Amino acid sequence: MTLSALNRKLLRDLWGMKGQALAIAMVVAAGVAMYVMYQSLFASLSGTRSAYYERQRFGHVFASLKRAPQRVATDIAAIPGVSAMETRVVSGVTLDLENLNEPAAAQLVSIPSDRRPRVNDLFLRSGRWIERNRPDEILASEGFVIANKLAPGDQVRAVINGRLRRLTIVGVALSPEYIYSIRPGELVPDEQRYGIFWMDEKALAAAFDMEGGFNDVTIALAPGASSEDVIARLDRILEPYGGRGAIPRALQLSHWTVENELSQLESFGFLLPLIFLTVASFILNVALTRALALQRPHIASLKALGYDNVAIGWHYLKWGFAIGMAGIAIGVGGGALLGTMIIDLYNVYFRFPELHFAVPLRVVVGAATLTFVAAAAGTFGAVVRAVRIPPAEAMRPEVPMRYRRTILETPLFSRYLGTAGRMVLRNIARHPFRAGASVFGISFAVAILMIGFVFTDATEHLIQTQFWEAERQDVTVNFVEPRGSAARYALARLPGVMAIEPQRTVAVRVRAAHRERYLAITGVPPSPRFKRIVDRNGEPVRLPPGGVVLSQMLAKALEISIGDVVTMEVLEGHRPTRRVEVTGLVDDLLGLSAYMDMEALHRLMQEGDVTTGALMLIDQAHEVELSTTLKETPTVAGTGFKRAVLKRFREVLAANLGLSIFINLLFASVIAFGVVYNAARISLSERSRELASLRVLGFTRAEISLILMGELALLTLVSLPVGGAFGYSLSAVIVGSIDSEVYRFPLYVSRQAVAWSFLGIIGAALVSGLIVRRQLDALDLVAVLKIRE
Amino acid sequence: MSTPLFQIRELTKVYRMGEVEVHALRQVTLMLDEGQFVVLLGPSGSGKSTLLNIIGGLDVPTAGQVLYRDIDLTQADEGQLTAYRRQHVGFVFQFYNLIPSLTAVENVALVTEISTNPMAPEDALGLVKLEARLDHFPAQMSGGEQQRVAIARAIAKRPSVLLCDEPTGALDISTGIVVLEALQRVNAELGTTTVVITHNAAIASMADRVVRLADGRVTAVENRTKKLSPQELVW
Repeated sequence: MTLSALNRKLLRDLWGMKGQALAIAMVVAAGVAMYVMYQSLFASLSGTRSAYYERQRFGHVFASLKRAPQRVATDIAAIPGVSAMETRVVSGVTLDLENLNEPAAAQLVSIPSDRRPRVNDLFLRSGRWIERNRPDEILASEGFVIANKLAPGDQVRAVINGRLRRLTIVGVALSPEYIYSIRPGELVPDEQRYGIFWMDEKALAAAFDMEGGFNDVTIALAPGASSEDVIARLDRILEPYGGRGAIPRALQLSHWTVENELSQLESFGFLLPLIFLTVASFILNVALTRALALQRPHIASLKALGYDNVAIGWHYLKWGFAIGMAGIAIGVGGGALLGTMIIDLYNVYFRFPELHFAVPLRVVVGAATLTFVAAAAGTFGAVVRAVRIPPAEAMRPEVPMRYRRTILETPLFSRYLGTAGRMVLRNIARHPFRAGASVFGISFAVAILMIGFVFTDATEHLIQTQFWEAERQDVTVNFVEPRGSAARYALARLPGVMAIEPQRTVAVRVRAAHRERYLAITGVPPSPRFKRIVDRNGEPVRLPPGGVVLSQMLAKALEISIGDVVTMEVLEGHRPTRRVEVTGLVDDLLGLSAYMDMEALHRLMQEGDVTTGALMLIDQAHEVELSTTLKETPTVAGTGFKRAVLKRFREVLAANLGLSIFINLLFASVIAFGVVYNAARISLSERSRELASLRVLGFTRAEISLILMGELALLTLVSLPVGGAFGYSLSAVIVGSIDSEVYRFPLYVSRQAVAWSFLGIIGAALVSGLIVRRQLDALDLVAVLKIRE
Repeated sequence: MSTPLFQIRELTKVYRMGEVEVHALRQVTLMLDEGQFVVLLGPSGSGKSTLLNIIGGLDVPTAGQVLYRDIDLTQADEGQLTAYRRQHVGFVFQFYNLIPSLTAVENVALVTEISTNPMAPEDALGLVKLEARLDHFPAQMSGGEQQRVAIARAIAKRPSVLLCDEPTGALDISTGIVVLEALQRVNAELGTTTVVITHNAAIASMADRVVRLADGRVTAVENRTKKLSPQELVW
């Protein structure tokens, strides 16, 4: 295949402006990479998940209860719309792991030993299924096994219903129910300290005095069945047995978490690439307008030779498309690489039998389409303007540019401006669109960078609020069952315990009209020392004397406000139902909470001084001793040591935020560099004559650089506050989109975040400025001045 | 007789244009005296622009020596050449090379701001009879006016030498005459040594000295005693 002469010209012209073409292609590539990365991650994650759900028959409705006899199962199976059902025994246990000082925990879930579960079947990674009549055999979750470096055949010690037992891991398993698993009450997964164990149904029932009964149900629905109807009927059936309210798949923790990730991928996967491509389209337009001004005589010659407008227009449109294509190639490769890095991170938090990163063809086609639209948009106007000029006029040099004094040049200000300052200002005023495009691009780079830092800040703020303002205790202890005051005194006597605050939480269903949520009411002592009600900004909130204080998010979900009355159905004890006035709302960070005066809660429960756990301040010197004791205390269901929790929290965030800040930094640099470099090259091309004149007049290189760089510096300077505002708004949008019933982020922008993002962009601008400065040094004075512009 | 302002000895310049060697100057030797109005005459490619650029510190020779007073321009580095241009040389080009974003007076101020003993920009523009156009931008002026701004800009620093490369090349006759009058006036009133490159033989009639170049060599040097005024020139 031979290239036409015109196409050869295209290639050589592009080669002639290769630096600029590459800079624009890189901005295009950044947009394409983001699109490819987000969209492919979405496709990989959602595709893998659906296949996994399908294969392992993931349930649609989940319910837990206190205890129901096995015969109730028949009633459940008879609910219209139920296609399959499993009743189970599920319970939390404390583990005593040799490699850990503090106690770990596991969720024990029963499975049949003679067949596979009909709902939520397990994926057996290694080892074998449990065998009948071997009550100590378990399947352990893969994450736990890996984190603790265990293997089939190894044993774990667990405190089951007050008795220490050795459990033997016979197989490593994964479940669609626990793609994401987290210890109740914690913020980030910790697979070393929390695992899922599957155990023979009969053995588990025996251990928890559940023979002939169950405390958990999972249901798969027939196609087209309504989960709401099934849940309503199920709740009625389970109510006499201590039902805690069934939930649909959408509220199941693991599913919700994956779903949340997917929806974020979906929303960012479109918005951010779109902004990148808009910037690319702007700078392409600016670059091509200049390139075509230099091509005026060529256009005239082509016309004189008989090429028509369409042929010439298409020739120049191809410049834009060629740059776009380079961007697509680099972007698809880059996006695939970044996607692979992120999927590795996903594989740490999400446990799938296999989760691979793949770029679907339709994503590439989508990226290409978006890019070509952006390239055409950026190129078209410039090309039409250039091609429309009649040949005779195009042969003549372009009319000199008209300049005016700018409105900034008041007599007072002019004095400080100097000649160089005036040149800079007037040049910017002469090309407002170009200056605007540069400012938009650089601001966007500032914003991208800022988002990364804002999230680091938000996380620090969250840690500060949650771990130091809201929960000031060192250790949190939860009992297996609610206990009297004796348990508290027993804890107070443990080694290293300096102060103790009792905790009472009660599982309730809160209802307002037809809306309802399941949650735990926390009883607040008259003057709380450790656990305080704290809002999103870390400000403590006082509990009003009566009624209940709810999370603002809960009020939103229930569509109520202060002064309204909610119905609270207690899901334990005598299961009283009360109507309580909402006397306060707190805009808090985690979960859905409800707070009540401790005494009022006891009255509601018709109980005395009962606690479900305790918060303790300890002497760090006795920490090991204390945790060893707690590990062996049968009444303790779980313990949380703040130090360990916080350490883990920081590790997880460091990995997540580290990668995302790296990606943001990369993209922000690409865009800042691309925009500034492009602007600098165009200025240099247009003003080489002017700058050469100055050199001839005796200006030094440094002095003329200052004039060229002054313009870029001014544009960058203007972009910083614009970008700051842009970054703040984008962060607000993202923080808003993250707001969920599980967690909220505070929107908090520190001076450091602003300073670092500004410095990052100034750095990128400096680098591109210096590269152009080197080209300025190579300016051939004589040659430039001899040509008539 | 005093020492010449420029002593040019055995000056040679060879360009490499791709694979071809171009001998722009071949061992040119020439003395230029202070205060003279010199015209360098010759066809395109005769080497006159190369000579002017080397004298002006815009270019360096391949061999030979150029002394400006006691400064050896051929030994000067980049920084010294810039300083030399800044302090001693004024340039006027065929295409004016004004800064389009600056007004006439600002274009002149560009130079006076970096010189040690400049005249006021308004005075420089007065010398070329542009008092009325001080605040006009280049795009608002005719070619002749732009060239006069360029002359004002070149002389405002009171240079020792004014180098003009085809100053009337882009102008019609009547405008060209106004520009030449400005040059003559500067030469007469300020005593600035003026070197004008042209291929227009008529301009030679207003010179003190005419140097003819062809093919990189000086072919003739003519010292004139009777100078015509620009109006008397026959084109």
